[in-house]
Amino acid sequence: MLDFAELWSPIRLTLELATVTTLVLLVIGTPIAWWLARSQSRWKEAVAAVVALPLVLPPTVLGFYLLILLGPEGPGGWIAGLFGGRTLAFTFEGLVIGSVFYSMPFVVQPIRNAFEAFGERPLEVAATLRASPWDRFWSVALPLARPGLLTGAVLGFAHTVGEFGVILMIGGNIPGETRVLSIAVYDYVETLQWTKAHILAGGLLIFSFLVILTMMLLDRRLGRRLGQSTP
Amino acid sequence: MSLLTYRKLASLLVVALTMAGLLAVAPGQAKAAEFRVATAANFSDAAREIGALFEAKSGYRPLFSFGATGQLYTQIAQGAPFDVFLAADQARPERAVAEGLAVADSRFTYAWGRLALFSRDKGRVTGEATLHEGDFTKLAIANPLTAPYGAAAVEALQALSLRDALTPKLVQGNNASQAFQFAATGNAEVGFVALSQLAVHEGGSYWVVPAKLHSPIAQDAVLLTAGKDSEAAQAFMAFLKSDAARAVLARYGYES
Repeated sequence: MLDFAELWSPIRLTLELATVTTLVLLVIGTPIAWWLARSQSRWKEAVAAVVALPLVLPPTVLGFYLLILLGPEGPGGWIAGLFGGRTLAFTFEGLVIGSVFYSMPFVVQPIRNAFEAFGERPLEVAATLRASPWDRFWSVALPLARPGLLTGAVLGFAHTVGEFGVILMIGGNIPGETRVLSIAVYDYVETLQWTKAHILAGGLLIFSFLVILTMMLLDRRLGRRLGQSTP
Repeated sequence: MSLLTYRKLASLLVVALTMAGLLAVAPGQAKAAEFRVATAANFSDAAREIGALFEAKSGYRPLFSFGATGQLYTQIAQGAPFDVFLAADQARPERAVAEGLAVADSRFTYAWGRLALFSRDKGRVTGEATLHEGDFTKLAIANPLTAPYGAAAVEALQALSLRDALTPKLVQGNNASQAFQFAATGNAEVGFVALSQLAVHEGGSYWVVPAKLHSPIAQDAVLLTAGKDSEAAQAFMAFLKSDAARAVLARYGYES
């Protein structure tokens, strides 16, 4: 008889990880995207390149650096020390930190695109109406960038669900804490428990298909909207 | 970059991948003088050394792939092109024979492994007492389902009646090497590793777990079906039993 609690634990954990990661990324990714879209700084593209690095870097490289950074000699160990721990590796929080780096380009890029897409005009108009910069950002820029925010959130969530290499390297495979879906599938395949592997893998396949389909539909809607706003 | 350029990028990628596929000449085919050895992670350092000795003597070059024994077995069962399987247990090579993946009479025990409790901190591991005191937050072990050293570690904890007490502190590496790496980076204060891994590692403290605390870690070698006609693979199997190979094994803390 299949133990559904055993299968549910990595699913719940993965959803939690992806949700927390996406929220964190929206909070820190939006200002970064805003700056990248608006700034005239000569360092702009260098910063953009750093944000985009995980697109190119093997997860093992990221995992290796994270293992050191999260460890007792790195900043992660220092932070863990504040809470009586000694490392952030093998913790849910450690996975969130890893996932934030790993999924950042997937969130920042669409938001930056959205900020760039509507151009200076709406903000200038708002400025002539005496909207403060803060007000312009909240009442004009953010609502206009909503499709980009949505795209970023969906992509960030999905990419975190699909994360494997980084978690394999910093997770420690602890049930309920760091044993996420991709790791569970890997384990089931390696131990020849293919029924369980099939259930989880099939579920991920359907999930991924739905995400990509959603993205394509969103993309078309976004495209139409931009088409309308371009003179 | 708009989403549209993402699409362009994706199509470029497809083109690039197709070209790479066309250019690759007979991928996955070892040269005549080479053969492939699926090797348990705990044996990696010793295997490289034995491999170098063997190549100098015979001219055949072994290509090692390292992983957890269970993981390697799954790959072999799925037709991975390995000629020799150096496992960290007896069960998988036995099963390989039973499933017709390996040559029946080629199986033998090339090494007996020893388990060690390791910490990179000097003086932290003093013996069995270190485990009883439990003065650590994380204890790294290899995955007990796929890695024999992980299974041995769990058995040792059971024998010491510490399994329940220490289970919350366990972190699992994918194989013995990763368990060692968790401990060597200090992310876990202590870890159950293969004694062989400590032969090339300086510093820290360790305790060799008495053999009576776990079932013997008999590591079996077997000639796989893919390698049954390979002279190189057969010669390598014989070389594993030679005095030269045994001397290397002894230096890495294996009994043979």
